[in-house]
Amino acid sequence: MVVRKTVGDYVFDSLNVIILAALAVITAYPFIYVVFASLSSADELTAHSGLLLKPLNFSLEAYKAVLENPIIYSGYMNTLFIVVVGTTYNIIMTSMGAFVLSRKDFFWRKLITIMIVFTMFFGGGLIPNFLLVKNLGLMDSLWALIIPGAIGTWNLIIMRTAFQGIPSGLVESAHIDGANDFVILFRIILPLALPTIAVMVLYYGVGHWNSWFGAMIYLRDRELWPLQLVLREILISNSTDEMMSGTVAQDRAAIGETIKYATIMVATLPILLVYPFLQKYFVKGVMVGALKG
Amino acid sequence: MPELKMQPQHLIYKKPSLIQAIKKDYKKNKWLILMALPVVAWYILFHYVPMYGVIIAFKQFSPIKGIWDSAWVGLRHFQDFFNSISAWRVIRNTLLINFYQLLFAFPAPIILALLLNEVKSKYFKKTIQTVTYLPHFVSTVVICGMIIDFFAKSGLINDIVAYFGGSRTIFLVEAGWFRTIYVGTGIWQGVGWGSIIYLASLTAIDTELYEAVTIDGAGRWKQFVHITLPGIAPTIVILLIMNIGHMMSEGYEKVILLYNPSTYETADIISSYVYRRGLVEANYSFSAAVGLFNSIVNLTLIVTANYVSRKVNETSLW
Repeated sequence: MVVRKTVGDYVFDSLNVIILAALAVITAYPFIYVVFASLSSADELTAHSGLLLKPLNFSLEAYKAVLENPIIYSGYMNTLFIVVVGTTYNIIMTSMGAFVLSRKDFFWRKLITIMIVFTMFFGGGLIPNFLLVKNLGLMDSLWALIIPGAIGTWNLIIMRTAFQGIPSGLVESAHIDGANDFVILFRIILPLALPTIAVMVLYYGVGHWNSWFGAMIYLRDRELWPLQLVLREILISNSTDEMMSGTVAQDRAAIGETIKYATIMVATLPILLVYPFLQKYFVKGVMVGALKG
Repeated sequence: MPELKMQPQHLIYKKPSLIQAIKKDYKKNKWLILMALPVVAWYILFHYVPMYGVIIAFKQFSPIKGIWDSAWVGLRHFQDFFNSISAWRVIRNTLLINFYQLLFAFPAPIILALLLNEVKSKYFKKTIQTVTYLPHFVSTVVICGMIIDFFAKSGLINDIVAYFGGSRTIFLVEAGWFRTIYVGTGIWQGVGWGSIIYLASLTAIDTELYEAVTIDGAGRWKQFVHITLPGIAPTIVILLIMNIGHMMSEGYEKVILLYNPSTYETADIISSYVYRRGLVEANYSFSAAVGLFNSIVNLTLIVTANYVSRKVNETSLW
């Protein structure tokens, strides 16, 4: 079929490309600016005004300063621990809950489902949760960032839906062969639901990497701080004070601007590196999330 | 096998008693019960215990006495809240921020998805998607750090304003700018990610429909109006209803990273107020009361939203 393009079509197509390209530039440029600024020499960046189109007098000084900072190093280690241990724990707990809810032959299934779904509608809120963690003696412990967040109910529902798509005959025949439910879940079901598990690892993992609020309210010992909380101190707490004081020279000079940008890079680079590999799971991830539970 | 002995009971259609059913299930699903235990225990500890903890909203909680022994004060904290100037301010700010989000941030991903849908080059489309999804994965702390930096007096935005002859503004200490910056940067960060769901529902539209109307002589505008828009309308309606259901549950993270005393007037929302009064100033009971009020409003809104979406679309989220 020959589709005849009208003048209007050409105008629209060109405009569309221009609008989308502009959006891409607006989205990407702030990050590019950060990259260039982090690679610039501190003095020239301070003197510079306006857009950056390349690093000013290329320099790795800021990165050196950042990587030599012990609080950044300990922050990295704490974040790695939280991401690895936390995500593993998330996946184990969430998949166990999801498997239980996916088993139609289980007597307690309905009761447990009601109990779990109710928590999506109503919760104690910030203060009772804080007091609970405090009473459990988890203050100043990294476990305060791992155990209370073990299961995201929405993720559990997504996983349950994925498990329900696996033929129940598989579970039954494994039972007859004498496998217990733990073996069935971790040896048979999880490998079959791998794409969904990958999405869950992505959600939980990025969530742990990026989280800071729990650390702020539960951890007073700076040695335990994850990277994002260190970042908050460098990027936000200091600059708020400077903002209030106001003058141009002051807020440029107070903390080496380049160090700020280098810190952002160091904290965000791991996400940017895994991002292209995870991208193929995004659409699937959003779609399973949107499915009726 | 022991299970086989149970079979005849089934065959004679005698309804087993509750205890029998539990016993039978226990024999069959021992391991499953063992698996359910840690999950149920976790839900009780980290969801139901805090729900019990909410009773401190009706008490004068003292950490030394504990929840149980603290004195009852009835609805005093609720009265204090509603009689304060802050109540109106934080409720208004929460609603206004959400209203602006519905007005500007909600349509943005729809428009982006529709524009992407018209792109012919797969490569170009893929590039735009890759770039616009990215900010979704960057942490709130980094995003807010960048916002503070770019909107500072010597920041990039002011450099551009000054270049065109404007005068520099310290945006983040001006209450009048807070909502604009909050919602605007929210769109910047979320528009790409938000478009995924609409793109998916666009690809679900039957291509034969397009062919049919093209043969009837419909141009691209008519295809858009008669096929594309009706095709994604159900998705739009569901997401709109769910968004309205979350009108009062705006999160505090981005707010408490960006606000400061000079912008409280427009920036302070219910959740940030609960955080500040409760955890910064240690008014546990008062803050729990405000939080409980918010939870109840949210519960009502979400249940209503779900009911409406079920009526409208015969689909719901659960």
